[in-house]
Amino acid sequence: MSPLSLALILIVLSTAIAFIASRTKSLRLVDGHVSELHSLPGHYGLYALVWCLLPALLVLAIWIAVGPAIVDGIMAGRLQEADPTIGADRLGLLLNDIRNYVSGNLVSEDIDPALAANGEAYRSLLLTGLWGTFVASVAVAIGGGFFAFGRIKPDMRARNKVERVVWLTMVACSLVAVLVTVGIVLSLVFEAGRFFGKVSVFEFLFGLEWSPQMAMRADQVASEGSFGAVPLFAGTLLITFIAMLVAVPVGLFSAVYMTQYADQRVRSLIKPMLEILAGVPTVVYGFFAALVVAPWIRDTGGLLGLEVASESALAAGLVMGVMIIPFMSSLSDDALTAVPQSMRDGSYALGATRAESIRSVLIPAALPGIVGAFLLSVSRAIGETMIVVMAAGLAANLTANPLEAVTTVTVQIATLLVGDQEFDSAKTLAAFALGLVLFIVTLSLNVIALRVVRKYREQYD
Amino acid sequence: MTDTGQRTDWASDAMQHRIARRYAADARFKWYGLGAIFFAMAVLVLLLGTIIVTGIPGFTQTQVRLQVSLDPEQFGGSLKGKTPDEVDTAIAAADFAGMIRTGLQSLFPDVTQRRDVRDLTDLVSSGARQKLAQIVREDPGIVGSTVEVWLPTSDDVHTIVNGSMDRDVVESDRRLNDKQIGWLEAMEKADAIRGVLSSDFFTGGDSREPEMAGVWGSVVGSFWTLLVTLAVAFPLGVLAAVYLEEFAPKSRWSDLIEVNINNLAAVPSIVFGLLGLAVYLNVMHLPRSAPIVGGLTLALMTMPVIIIAARAALKAVPPSIRAGATGLGASKVQVTFHHVLPLAMPGILTGVIIGMAHALGETAPLLMIGMVAFIVDIPGGITDAATVLPVQIYLWADSPERAFVEKTSAAIMVLLTFLILMNAVAVLLRKRFERKW
Repeated sequence: MSPLSLALILIVLSTAIAFIASRTKSLRLVDGHVSELHSLPGHYGLYALVWCLLPALLVLAIWIAVGPAIVDGIMAGRLQEADPTIGADRLGLLLNDIRNYVSGNLVSEDIDPALAANGEAYRSLLLTGLWGTFVASVAVAIGGGFFAFGRIKPDMRARNKVERVVWLTMVACSLVAVLVTVGIVLSLVFEAGRFFGKVSVFEFLFGLEWSPQMAMRADQVASEGSFGAVPLFAGTLLITFIAMLVAVPVGLFSAVYMTQYADQRVRSLIKPMLEILAGVPTVVYGFFAALVVAPWIRDTGGLLGLEVASESALAAGLVMGVMIIPFMSSLSDDALTAVPQSMRDGSYALGATRAESIRSVLIPAALPGIVGAFLLSVSRAIGETMIVVMAAGLAANLTANPLEAVTTVTVQIATLLVGDQEFDSAKTLAAFALGLVLFIVTLSLNVIALRVVRKYREQYD
Repeated sequence: MTDTGQRTDWASDAMQHRIARRYAADARFKWYGLGAIFFAMAVLVLLLGTIIVTGIPGFTQTQVRLQVSLDPEQFGGSLKGKTPDEVDTAIAAADFAGMIRTGLQSLFPDVTQRRDVRDLTDLVSSGARQKLAQIVREDPGIVGSTVEVWLPTSDDVHTIVNGSMDRDVVESDRRLNDKQIGWLEAMEKADAIRGVLSSDFFTGGDSREPEMAGVWGSVVGSFWTLLVTLAVAFPLGVLAAVYLEEFAPKSRWSDLIEVNINNLAAVPSIVFGLLGLAVYLNVMHLPRSAPIVGGLTLALMTMPVIIIAARAALKAVPPSIRAGATGLGASKVQVTFHHVLPLAMPGILTGVIIGMAHALGETAPLLMIGMVAFIVDIPGGITDAATVLPVQIYLWADSPERAFVEKTSAAIMVLLTFLILMNAVAVLLRKRFERKW
């Protein structure tokens, strides 16, 4: 068993003891008259639990976060001492070998004795660190437990202290959401910044040619890839446009039918069906597009004498549209139901048929909500990955012809990053630049859509 | 209302005509709506129908009956009374491919030419060797005898036998040549070919051979990944929701958090993959392809969904509960954790299950963090290299072999079954425990 899991077991054990001991002590102090305590006995137990558990876990977390880096640093220092002329690259390789040796990943039969010696040294350093952490964390746990146990008195405000910790934990949890956004922005901006150090922003945003193949060797011909992302943007827009041509009319009309025409029975039948459509994983849609829709479009096009690529934008767009139908329909449904009944009644009272009321009263009244639904759907179509990865091509054609193969931003991100790659080539970093564009575009669409929807809701509330 | 001179003649032909036209327009409009719904339903039926029709043969394996003589010489003598280690070394040294070849040749003694023999052995899966080794390992005593075994055929035979490939097309257009088809038909006549439910599909890991490929490895990978997701996203999401709904003062700060969460829920999933790649792999150096990285990435994605669902559930608990508990002297934390949260729990759990179902079907962010590797072994923990069910589907869908199409559909059926089960549990939970106040 590793020292860390052993430490964890001991910490949990001492925490349990501290909880029980402190709870018992608080009761004993007042001879079982709970009313003489400031807080409930359990609160005294929890107070000790917090003191026992949290600092010890913090020690463990610190080791997990920085421990291996410290060991690496010491080892690198030693290697440099042994051979002052060693370069940074060679040092990194050596360290990598040593790490592999220690984790037993080295497959080669004959291990260099020098490497073995270094490996053993590394292993002993690692073990020292691990056992050091073990001792420190268990000591902190026991010390914390005793500290808390000693402080227990009948008039101690244990509940307030425990509740303070609970409150802080909750605040920390809700800050995680903000941290995630910050993390996304920072990592995208940082890596994209490195990319723009190699390729100019202007070329990226306005260049017409996308071929990110980097040469294997520096002296190879055409070692420079070109990173003009306009074909990707155009391809994304083309597929999104096709998807919207399917999703908007179908989604909107089904929402209208469900809210205005269908009775309760039909509704309760259709709604789950639409939910199933919404719950199908996108990889399944992608498979469907590649297996059924794309060949069907190619064959039909062939019959009509049209030249259709086997990975046409049309196939990916149509299937993506189907994927978005339930999304569009449920959001429009919400918008339509939110229109007050009085407006509908007023329209009927003037003699309008249902279709006329829907066209000239309901839809205009629900328009902001529908526009919001449309924007959210567009944002979803732009960010959708699996359908286009499986059904659209990789060729970056700059074309408006839906029968040709195009590629999208998400496809390129996925293909640039799948597999092992060096992390400082422009090819890999380009994916982060594309990711940044994708994030900014979808974020703006979402913000605008939420604004529109919120503003409109307030009108009738 | 100034002009009252003329009255509308509702009975006039023009008016009647106009009304009829308006009613027709109304009916047409209704039909558009029905048409839209019909279109969505038709696509759904087509989608599921295609998956089921192509997927059902994927659950089966075609096997061939062979008489294999287990020559003791191959194993260095009889294996009776040997220790398990000795048995393993003997099995590793034995030439099972040769034994299978001899078994096939005994069925067709007139096949002697080198090329023909190779074509003949190609009918049997290359995974048959492991199968045979497995049989010997389970019962070492059978060495020395001739046993009748059912071994998996190659994927080409499988697609011909189950009819997804046509055997009557021109020879150059199919994967088996005329001679192979002849042998196959002879074996079919002798009842030496059968199709059975494939145990390899349900218990095996990934494989390059479609007939040996299984979903179990990726199901286990999905399990570990979702376990990490649940362990991280559930407490974080619920505590954040409780804070925002019950404790947070209405301030600019809590507004910011709220806007943030709503936006995070709509960020494309692939962006979370980029975040996972940059933070977990490049900064924290967590193991590539491991469920822990996948789980943490999906947790960030699922958390906003859980927060939004949990807040809705907390909001549905009536204020009287809070007032009552406060009136009896409970502190704010006690009111929340003893009274409000337990009452909101069924609603929260429904949201959590739906969020987890979503995470189970998610593929794109996991491509970024290396879960697309070809992994044969069943993962044993959260740090082993693993793949997940949807990524396995993606990998198989990308494979050129015809037989992988049916494996892909079969794996999709497995995935959809899990999703349906999870959603059914969510619906049940909602029906069973939801209170109307």
